[in-house]
Amino acid sequence: MKRGLALLGIVLGMTGGAFAQGPRAFVGARVIPIEGPEIADGVLLIDGDRIVALGPRESTPLPAGAEQIDVSGKTIMPGLVDTHNHIGGIGGGDGSSPLQPGVRVYESLNVHDAGFRRAVAGGLTTLNIMPGSGHLSSGQTIYVKLRPARTIEDLAYRNADGSIAGGLKMANGTNSMRDAPFPGTRGKSAALVREEFIKAQEYVEKVKRAGDDPEKLPARDLDMECLAQVLSGDRIVHYHTHRHDDIMTILRLKEEFGFRVVLHHVSEGWRVADEIAASGTPCSVILVDSPGGKIEAEHLIMKTAAVLDKAGVLVAFHTDDWISDSRLFLRMAALGVRAGLPRDKALAALTLSGAKMLDLDNRVGSLKAGKDADFIVLSGDPFSVYTKVEQTWVEGNKVFDRTNPDDRLHAAGGYGAGDEMEPYLCCQEDAEAHQ
Amino acid sequence: MKRFMKLQNLAIIVFTISFGLAVPASAQLVVRGETVYTMAGPPISNGIVVIQDGKISAVGPATEIDLPPDLRIVEAKVVTPGLVDAHSTVGLTGLLNQREDQDQIEHSAPIQPDLRAIDAFNIKDPLIAWIRGFGVTTIHTGHAPGELISGQTMIIKTYGNTVDEAVMVPTAAVAATLAESARKGGDKSPGTRAKMMEMLRQAFYAARAYAHKRDADDPEKTPDRDLAKDVLVRVLDREIPMLITAERAQDIANALRLTKEFNIRIILDGAAESYLLTDEIKAAGVPVIVHPLMARAFGEMKNASFETPARLHDAGIPFAFQSGFEGYVPKTRVLLFEAAIAAANGLTFEQALAAATIDAARLLGVDDRVGSLAVGKDGDLALYDGDPFEYTTHCTGVIIEGRQVSDEPH
Repeated sequence: MKRGLALLGIVLGMTGGAFAQGPRAFVGARVIPIEGPEIADGVLLIDGDRIVALGPRESTPLPAGAEQIDVSGKTIMPGLVDTHNHIGGIGGGDGSSPLQPGVRVYESLNVHDAGFRRAVAGGLTTLNIMPGSGHLSSGQTIYVKLRPARTIEDLAYRNADGSIAGGLKMANGTNSMRDAPFPGTRGKSAALVREEFIKAQEYVEKVKRAGDDPEKLPARDLDMECLAQVLSGDRIVHYHTHRHDDIMTILRLKEEFGFRVVLHHVSEGWRVADEIAASGTPCSVILVDSPGGKIEAEHLIMKTAAVLDKAGVLVAFHTDDWISDSRLFLRMAALGVRAGLPRDKALAALTLSGAKMLDLDNRVGSLKAGKDADFIVLSGDPFSVYTKVEQTWVEGNKVFDRTNPDDRLHAAGGYGAGDEMEPYLCCQEDAEAHQ
Repeated sequence: MKRFMKLQNLAIIVFTISFGLAVPASAQLVVRGETVYTMAGPPISNGIVVIQDGKISAVGPATEIDLPPDLRIVEAKVVTPGLVDAHSTVGLTGLLNQREDQDQIEHSAPIQPDLRAIDAFNIKDPLIAWIRGFGVTTIHTGHAPGELISGQTMIIKTYGNTVDEAVMVPTAAVAATLAESARKGGDKSPGTRAKMMEMLRQAFYAARAYAHKRDADDPEKTPDRDLAKDVLVRVLDREIPMLITAERAQDIANALRLTKEFNIRIILDGAAESYLLTDEIKAAGVPVIVHPLMARAFGEMKNASFETPARLHDAGIPFAFQSGFEGYVPKTRVLLFEAAIAAANGLTFEQALAAATIDAARLLGVDDRVGSLAVGKDGDLALYDGDPFEYTTHCTGVIIEGRQVSDEPH
């Protein structure tokens, strides 16, 4: 029976439709749509893998035959979008060179990693899984949806051409300054990046000049192909940066090469908030419980997100899991509120703002008719320490249910919580029930 | 003496509350809280704490304490005792994480109980002010896990100009590690769990023999003074406890076996899998300083649980919270935040607050001075604008021995 279910997982996972079913109405919750005002006593109507409608209970008609699910007293908000995560036992580029944009992180990712179970326990549904910051570029990132999966292909977001979606990880500052062949200074770091992008511009030019003539095409170069996507704006750069001067270096590179970039961590963003705002560059911020731990995080403060938001910067949060725990992602935004970020901006920073930074806001990040049915059911206010994520739904499938003992183990921890496991056992049980 | 003090304090409290004792004009600071959690009795609505010469001179409902005019009054929605972090490495593990400000571990030998925390503590490190801003007024800090016996710990206030001025207990415990971080590769010892235990046992037997010779009447036979053995003798004499970091159940069991063999006092530190051995820990009478609840759950901590404090509480095992040791980012955790996770995962509010205040003080043996708000105790308070454990509440003020050392919301 187990084997049969596993095979079912493969087939349905690949179709992307998984185990979603007909119309279902979640009735009675406080609904936080992110786009639009909160609904005190609301209905969220989904059909299959999509959201169909939402609104106040008294004015939202339910289609005949819709299954009603009572969520009175609960809070529903979109599934959380984490713009920067490292779960899955991943690794990107190796020690051979500081710039390896041709490396794809998804070719290192283990979908059975217990980190995925913790992520859905924290209400995460969309992740940008990145290689590390020990390189100027450690490779390509992958945007994943935490749907039932047997392989990385099941998890992946797809581009319009069917290719696996993701960005490019880059880093400056101290992490990528190492012994040769890595740069030893900030000046050298920037020079190496500029050389690489100039090379990519020339590569793009050669391809353009070759036109349809295969004889004139340059030899395929995986690094250059990736950077060409960056130069065309099809691939967003996710840039690890902490210090104010490192941030300014990235804004200078952005200006010179015209690529799209999201600044990540941005510990000293508060020192150059106006400059970041003027450049129109979004920021994905991490709040950790204290500064330090390395020199470039010396001036990390709790109010960075609030300062950036006030300056007009689009702000999201990220877990950087293992730096912070995916199960506690809501907590980070709550700490942002503690330090002065408006509540609505903090909620968006967990959802829609992050989706925008991944070019996925047409599908996720808010509760809106037509968007993916990705949402979480909370026991109370999103920013209370006492609130629990009770359920996580992805594309109409319940992928986490705190009443399920195995899911609860991954939410609270305990013996066996760290072991590799078959992902999303709760969904396989759902599938069995639907046979 | 200790018992006498307590009785005397009790008498003053009773007198204060019952008869509306007039507070003398020399009082230095008055704190008024909408709710005051004294941790020495039920919470007081509209409560007053009066601090005089650094010590609490009165505590009770505002209606029962007559205050002379012109006193400085600090107000808050919620008032608790200053938080007691039962295990930290702050002051030794500096902010920048560079070699020159990392004094928490010395790798030249696996057993160095003679390394004193007071000689390694940098009271000016910015992380001390950081945790103080979140209500932490007392820390048990010192040498970190990472060698079989890494050195001593101490108990100190989070405010002062020198370590000597702020220290409460210069040698609080001897830190030992029965965990992966203290095992070595290649031909270095200890390389295995069994070797760790053998080396610890050998060290204690050597210390016992040294004490025997040292205490003999014959000056001819008196051994040269050995700083390391001097300290282990104090452990054997049950004068100071051994703080043993052990996460996995099998390592915890080893620690308990050591306790039995040498009749020493130990405190279990970390103890991620302690929920598997609650009967054994309880029977051994060993308290637990549970790992930071938000510590990363991998490696030996992969089975860590947010609910371990609740399990220890249910088993009747004394426990307290800690910020622990962090090697990277964040460079320190914050006790208030760790206690909050426990409060949300099976402990009641007051149980969690107790483990961050009076229970921690008792576990460390400093409850005669800190951990609760009672007459005669140090005037150490933390002030908040709401439930201290809520993410969006601020710690609005911190008072140490009557001095307001933080007045910005954190």
